[in-house]
Amino acid sequence: MHQDWIWGLVGGLMIGAGAAVYLLLNGRIMGASGILGGLIDGSARDATPERVAFLAGLIAVPPLLVPLYRVVDTHVSSNIGVLIVAGLLVGVGTRLANGCTSGHGVCGISRLSLRGIVATVFYLLGGGLALVIARHGLGLI
Amino acid sequence: MRNFTAFLAGGLFGAGLLVAGMVDTAKVQGWLDVFGVWDPTLAFVMGGAVLPMMIVWRIAARRKTSYLGLPMPGDFPQLVDRNLVLGSVLFGAGWGLAGLCPGPALGALAFGGWQFALFVLAMGAGMALTPALRGLLQRLDPPPVGQDDA
Repeated sequence: MHQDWIWGLVGGLMIGAGAAVYLLLNGRIMGASGILGGLIDGSARDATPERVAFLAGLIAVPPLLVPLYRVVDTHVSSNIGVLIVAGLLVGVGTRLANGCTSGHGVCGISRLSLRGIVATVFYLLGGGLALVIARHGLGLI
Repeated sequence: MRNFTAFLAGGLFGAGLLVAGMVDTAKVQGWLDVFGVWDPTLAFVMGGAVLPMMIVWRIAARRKTSYLGLPMPGDFPQLVDRNLVLGSVLFGAGWGLAGLCPGPALGALAFGGWQFALFVLAMGAGMALTPALRGLLQRLDPPPVGQDDA
């Protein structure tokens, strides 16, 4: 739809507001993979309740807005193999790189962090390449 | 208070992802697929999030503690190493295959169906395996810094 970019911008501003709250009030960089990953591998013993609270907001608030839409289509794959392989790659990759689209992308780029910018270049390259190969080369997705 | 503001931040993040259409894997894959019908939405989402955050970082840089009196994140070494590049390429590959990164995968977990549950489970397993993988990479190819003339 042609208004998609407006909603993209509005949603982006809300994402930025979330990152601003987490930085200015909690003194923390908002990165989804780091907040979850630190809980999973036990490297985040210092601020467990804060991380759980962030994840609770992230998981519990979007469903409250779903009824405002006629339909929320995710077009998500139902291919079990694709979901497992992609999930593993996202889990390993974000933890090895210490960040994902929110930490390295939103928070890193806006801070003009070299690591954030380099990471973003490489995950965009990796994503474009994997998608083009899997879709146009192998016809997998 | 700190936990309430963390919940608020997570809620704003998740609501923003939903409003922006980032829980729609077709939009993410439409951005990455330069050979298909290209979808520029993701650039507007990133722009909308990054531009205000540039101002916020300037405010943050002047503060020793947060508005709740908590320590601010310090500067950390801007080391571009193998783990950063390799990890980002692997993450990107998974992102492209499923059209999901950690934020939207968690944001749609409660309403997106079993596919999101399976993806998040696999992502969590990958996160749990990473410390071991880090150790393995370290043994196979130790970083040269500080070890060359010991």
